[in-house]
Amino acid sequence: MGYVAVKGGSSAIEESIKRLQYQRIKAKKKIDVEVIQGTLRGLIDKIMSESSLYARELAALAIKQAEGNPEEATFILRAYRSTLPRKYYSQVVDTEDMRIERRISAALKDIPGGQILGASYDYRHRLLDFELYEEKIEDLEKLLQEFEAEGWSNSEEEASGAKQKTSEHSYTKVPKVISFLRAEGLLPPVKIDDSEPDDITRKSIEFPTRRSARLQTLTRGEAGAVTALGYAAIRGYGMVHPTVGELRVGYLPIHIDYPLQEGNEEDAVYIGEIEVTEVESLIPQVIEKEKGRKEIEFTVGYGLCYGQNETKAIAMSILDSCLAKKDLLSPTAVHDEEFVLLHIDAVEASGFISHLKLPHYVTFQSELDSLRKTKKKEENHESI
Amino acid sequence: MYCTEEPILKVNNMVKQFGTGCSNCFNLEEERLEKNYCPCCQTVYACQGLSLELYEGEILGIVGESGSGKSTFMRCLYFDQEVTKGSAYIRAYKKGQANIFEQNSQQKRYIRNQIMAMVYQNPYLGLRMNFSSIGNVAEKLIASGNREVSYMTSRASELLNKVKIPSYRIREAPQNFSGGMQQRVQIAKALSNNPPILLLDEVTTGLDLSVQANVLDLIKRIQRELKISMIIVSHDLAVIRMLADRTIVMLNGKIIEQGLTDQILEDPQHPYTQQLVHSLL
Amino acid sequence: MKAYNFAFFDEGSKREIRRATVKAISIPGYQVPFASREMPIARGWGTGGLQLTLSLLGQDDIVKVIDQGCDESVNAVNIKKFINKMTGIRETEQTATATIIQSRHRIPEVELRADQILVLQVPIPEPLREVEPSEYITQRLHADQEYSAIWLMLFEQIMKHNKMTTGADHPVLVHQRYVMSPSPIPRYDNCKLHNSKALILLGAGREKKIYAIPPYTTVQSLAFNDYPFQTEDFSGRTCHLCGASAVYFDELIDEESGHKYYQCNDSSYCLQRLNQELL
Repeated sequence: MGYVAVKGGSSAIEESIKRLQYQRIKAKKKIDVEVIQGTLRGLIDKIMSESSLYARELAALAIKQAEGNPEEATFILRAYRSTLPRKYYSQVVDTEDMRIERRISAALKDIPGGQILGASYDYRHRLLDFELYEEKIEDLEKLLQEFEAEGWSNSEEEASGAKQKTSEHSYTKVPKVISFLRAEGLLPPVKIDDSEPDDITRKSIEFPTRRSARLQTLTRGEAGAVTALGYAAIRGYGMVHPTVGELRVGYLPIHIDYPLQEGNEEDAVYIGEIEVTEVESLIPQVIEKEKGRKEIEFTVGYGLCYGQNETKAIAMSILDSCLAKKDLLSPTAVHDEEFVLLHIDAVEASGFISHLKLPHYVTFQSELDSLRKTKKKEENHESI
Repeated sequence: MYCTEEPILKVNNMVKQFGTGCSNCFNLEEERLEKNYCPCCQTVYACQGLSLELYEGEILGIVGESGSGKSTFMRCLYFDQEVTKGSAYIRAYKKGQANIFEQNSQQKRYIRNQIMAMVYQNPYLGLRMNFSSIGNVAEKLIASGNREVSYMTSRASELLNKVKIPSYRIREAPQNFSGGMQQRVQIAKALSNNPPILLLDEVTTGLDLSVQANVLDLIKRIQRELKISMIIVSHDLAVIRMLADRTIVMLNGKIIEQGLTDQILEDPQHPYTQQLVHSLL
Repeated sequence: MKAYNFAFFDEGSKREIRRATVKAISIPGYQVPFASREMPIARGWGTGGLQLTLSLLGQDDIVKVIDQGCDESVNAVNIKKFINKMTGIRETEQTATATIIQSRHRIPEVELRADQILVLQVPIPEPLREVEPSEYITQRLHADQEYSAIWLMLFEQIMKHNKMTTGADHPVLVHQRYVMSPSPIPRYDNCKLHNSKALILLGAGREKKIYAIPPYTTVQSLAFNDYPFQTEDFSGRTCHLCGASAVYFDELIDEESGHKYYQCNDSSYCLQRLNQELL
């Protein structure tokens, strides 16, 4: 009988979901999760990073379910993440132990350990490649054989998750660019801070924040949002001028304490490796010394994301340093931790924007009532 | 005549430093600072142990060049900044027995609302520029718990009237007003709760001379009518001469001279004061 | 759905939410921060309420979900569907039958009892947000009980329009201490918060806050002595279906004649009146 504008909710929803399913399959094409996992590396990395869950296979499944819509796929994975109990915290990871795939420094040309360009879009022209239309599995196999003949490792194994054992890989320590600078006295010495980091998934973020809470919020931020704010910070709405000291992409081994004997380093259990992008940006800062003397020191902005997310990791390092700067005379929005941290989350931002689609009949009616009363009052007023 | 009387406000040994301090400057009495600045740790001592008294119904002037610490003193007294050391007692608050700097933030808000009022040099600090003028005056009444719109509007109109804001403009926002009018709205707001103490920080600086005279007149009239005790801070000895009964001269965070205003103008002791007085003549 | 625990969350998560809830009940009107989880429905679509509901549900509970007064609204149906999938417990549309009622922006017309819990979904829990964007500062204003800014906002409305012009979500003072956002319920429903027999819980998922009005708590809508709080005016109007008056109405327009007519916003109340199930 239609006496409420949106009525018959159950059947409407059912039809809507059917419609959605139809949209997904109407082209009569099917994509397998393993195909997604083996081909859509960029999308998987983005979604793992934003959903804060390192699981390539589940990310691929979410992408399939979401028809490739990253906003939706991240959402699905985050919701799934909510159902998982937190059983362990990993041991502290030292990123010097990274099995490096790629490593560059924009600050210094010659770095011990060398620059490793690795896989990057940076120097490939963005020309639409029409030959990919014709790509066949035989072509791939042939190409792969050539690569392997040159001594390339089997990338398939890596893509299907870190199944190999540690012993097969060499996590040789490659020293950090910033440790050279530190040794030279160009970076101020840092105090080792061994206090327990915050866990923003167990306790909601509180202001003023600690750095651990900021970094966790930034790393799960939506790539576009983090990039946009980082961009604003260096373009004119922030007070930072960074140089990428070092950008690394590679694999980190993850260990947990042996469950029955916590704190014993030797009995650690290896549970796998994760691919991450790490950025250490150098940001010059004027330090006041005695008798009005001024000196420039570098501070380090830090970025770390799951997967290969280089732009996001750099932007994160910029925002990290923006938020560390206190007491600016004229701070802009990118230095305001509430402004940055509360608005970059993909699920929160898209959720609240999309809630505007919900009916607001009651609230709108109440507003109308107020509006009419003021109108009536004003009319009366005028007639007097 | 002042000596027999209990002061309405008493400040003891107030220190405000910016910086951590070090072994060189730890003891201020050793006078190891360059002006108000410690050359070893770069700490600035904006106020180096100020003590003063304010008596009922008087206007106390504080004069000094910029950087002498007079505005920092006012901000500390009004809790806009936290003091490093020292105490202050107000007769009207807990019978003058409680150090107001050690009160919790709720009590400090009470003191700011009920016992003291401040008129800032920059009206943006004292007013909500896009709210109505009448609302700006009412804000202090609201903060002190008043919930009667009719009382608040009549009180606010009366005060805005007193400071010569035309009644047809009292619902306008101060952002539409000239600088002199904005200062007058600030004064009306400050008076709303009949505070026993009014703090005025460079209120005429930056105004045209004729407007300045208007505002000074207004302050003098209010003092005569309402008998409010005032501390007025200015770098301009002419302003102090016109308003203050007693005057304190500050330099580098310290009081270098104080006395009746006439006395200081007639017979300045400290070389800096002498220079000030000469430049006035 | 074997892949999921009863009521979606793992038991540890539920306990955490309940701990925050207990704290909220102990400090009426105070917003307790909690580690809000991402839910399978979107932030802003009732995830705060849903987390509260899921953390409280047991096998014997009977749940009712309404959205803007309507049990059949798509979002209400969607939430109910999810609860059912994750718990399999009974649902109802009758206010009196439910043990837990999750609602967006309405309090049912039928008076709630002491053995019922009302869970309200909250988009913006901070009543001071409109006058102060920073969370750091609003927390301090609450601590100092410094609410002049919000009163000033109401005063300014009176100066401009000669009345308060709040729509839904008119702020309330709870237990003489905290000013609280009642969630965007119409002003008409504010009165039902006062001395409610039922426990009222409010959950904001995106803003990660839980707060509560325990049973029989004093709740006053902010208003000046000489400008009293006014609810929406429905005087002289009756429901064109059940004939009810003095309830919150939806305003409808007859497509042919263009006339306005009215109908109970609480659809289950209307239906029960039509079926003469209410006394």
